[in-house]
Amino acid sequence: MAIIEADGLSKTYRVFQKKEGVLGSLQGLFRREYKEVKAVDQVSFKIEPGEMVAFLGPNGAGKTTTLKMLSGLVYPSSGTAKVLGFTPWERRDAFRRRFALVMGQKNQLWWDLPAADSFQLHREIYSIPPAEFKATLDDLTELLGVTKLTRQAVRELSLGERMKMELIAALLHQPQLLLLDEPTIGLDVVAQVAIQKCLRDYHARRGVTMLLTSHYMRDIEALCNRVLVITHGTLVYDGPLSGITAKFGQSKVVRLQFADGTIPEHLERFGEVTQRDGASADLKIERSKVAEVLGTILDQHEVADVSVQDPPLEQVIARVFEEGRKSHDAA
Amino acid sequence: MTLPDTLEPASQGLQPTTDFEAKTDALGPERATSPLSTIRKYYKIFRASLVERMAYRGDFFFGTILRFLPMITTILLWRAIYEGSGQQSLAGFSYREMIAYLLLTNISRMFSSMPGLAGGIAREIREGTLKRYMIQPVDMIGYLLCYRIAHKVAYIVTSFIPYALLFYVCRGFFDGLPDAPTMAAFFLSLILGFLIGFFFEASVGTVGFWFLEVTSLLYIVMTLNFFISGHMLPLDLLPEPWGSILKFLPFQYMAYFPAVIFLGKIKGAALAYYLIAEVFWVVFFLVLSRTLYRFGLRRYSAFGG
Repeated sequence: MAIIEADGLSKTYRVFQKKEGVLGSLQGLFRREYKEVKAVDQVSFKIEPGEMVAFLGPNGAGKTTTLKMLSGLVYPSSGTAKVLGFTPWERRDAFRRRFALVMGQKNQLWWDLPAADSFQLHREIYSIPPAEFKATLDDLTELLGVTKLTRQAVRELSLGERMKMELIAALLHQPQLLLLDEPTIGLDVVAQVAIQKCLRDYHARRGVTMLLTSHYMRDIEALCNRVLVITHGTLVYDGPLSGITAKFGQSKVVRLQFADGTIPEHLERFGEVTQRDGASADLKIERSKVAEVLGTILDQHEVADVSVQDPPLEQVIARVFEEGRKSHDAA
Repeated sequence: MTLPDTLEPASQGLQPTTDFEAKTDALGPERATSPLSTIRKYYKIFRASLVERMAYRGDFFFGTILRFLPMITTILLWRAIYEGSGQQSLAGFSYREMIAYLLLTNISRMFSSMPGLAGGIAREIREGTLKRYMIQPVDMIGYLLCYRIAHKVAYIVTSFIPYALLFYVCRGFFDGLPDAPTMAAFFLSLILGFLIGFFFEASVGTVGFWFLEVTSLLYIVMTLNFFISGHMLPLDLLPEPWGSILKFLPFQYMAYFPAVIFLGKIKGAALAYYLIAEVFWVVFFLVLSRTLYRFGLRRYSAFGG
């Protein structure tokens, strides 16, 4: 059975349009104008047990709204979803015991108390048997290297340490599904890597299903082998991370190392030169023409070395987002 | 007059949640959700909250002492009123009884005032921290109730000594302690008053689902309550029909009612009648707050969470 099954999920918000100035505010008291905003539009996908899937998309693309629907915080305008066999927005207790949602920008721990006290409270809220609780807690604090910090007031912890505590709190009841919204937001690289490692290790050990959103490509590269790309509420890609380039990358980068130690003139006629460095140059060439152009270059010049690469993933994704925006604006 | 209930430190608004309808489900490894475990759960929430509240005990202590300062003004003011009127008794209250009444309303308010409750709920709605109650298997109102009981226990324990001192100093205004049945009715009315205060303010807080800004509304409610609960002066002092109307409303249970029980001004059948009415109001506000919360959540989920 799939852990998540979303079918035609859509969410339309009605947004109040406030007019400018005092007069506009007064008008707003009597007659309000609303604009319909489609945050999520007909999104369908399935996630199988044990998968680690990333939601990728620009700000406002509908990632968080989708996560909110899947965790039962928001009703969809249309469409259906089954999460762990439940309809999430019914918010059944049995459902709520089996998943966890971690939002990088919201904290659930009590600010003035040591994290250990918040953990105790979670134990009660989720009715976790004491022995099981202790084993899980010891396991998690060791995994994250925070055993000594649980007795310290949360407000005294660093942002990274606090995020680790949030993760522990979310995992104490051993959820079958972990939804993460920007888990590494605002963290430095060291802390980011630590959180990634923890999630990876935990996944390897428990086989929990994870769905996460992140702005950091690093997170996604490190964790997920499947990516859902969403722009303007529409799912535009569902597949492995590497496949994004194959689907959306329309050009290749050809790196040429010339044997005579200089870059020949008029290289631009073959394509856009993106980088020059001594005797080597990067040339951006449309994918379908790579073989042809490369043949011509090799005929005319002495080339010591050649490599053909995909453009950096970040650039490709930026292009996908950009095109999504254009086609959305046009529609 | 003593100050309205602002000196009790407001709740910090960082609390998780509970469920009145602990549903079991055939699917998956179900953990125990018997009534007993539900009670246990809420008891633990209570205990954890108590630990948190005790972290502020110094704050409590000074807050309590500061509360008493306006009492001196109150005593002097009423002495001037009685001397000016040239009467021994006003609306059935002698000067001594009047001061005793005003001291006793402080005890009533110690139970029924809910600093930060309505505002806290409204803030959780506005800032979205309400989500935790929707995600975790815990009910917000149940959770907040446990938290508040803990808050009150901590408050009453820490302010016991200053209060005992105050009443000792003011013992001249009292004719000793009332008899045991009266004391029992007094304590019962305090506990019911706590529940009315809690569910009333919880209902007010849920207004935050419909209006983003509720501070002015809360201010109006608090100020009005200070007067119509009898915290400022005994309701008997008001001209008819206002006195009778206010005694019919639920607000009197938050200050007036416990104080007049202690002073022996309500007895026998009338006492029983008002206690039953008080229970009715507890149920009324309980149902009201839960209904508003349910409709509010529905709206919240529809408009984006």
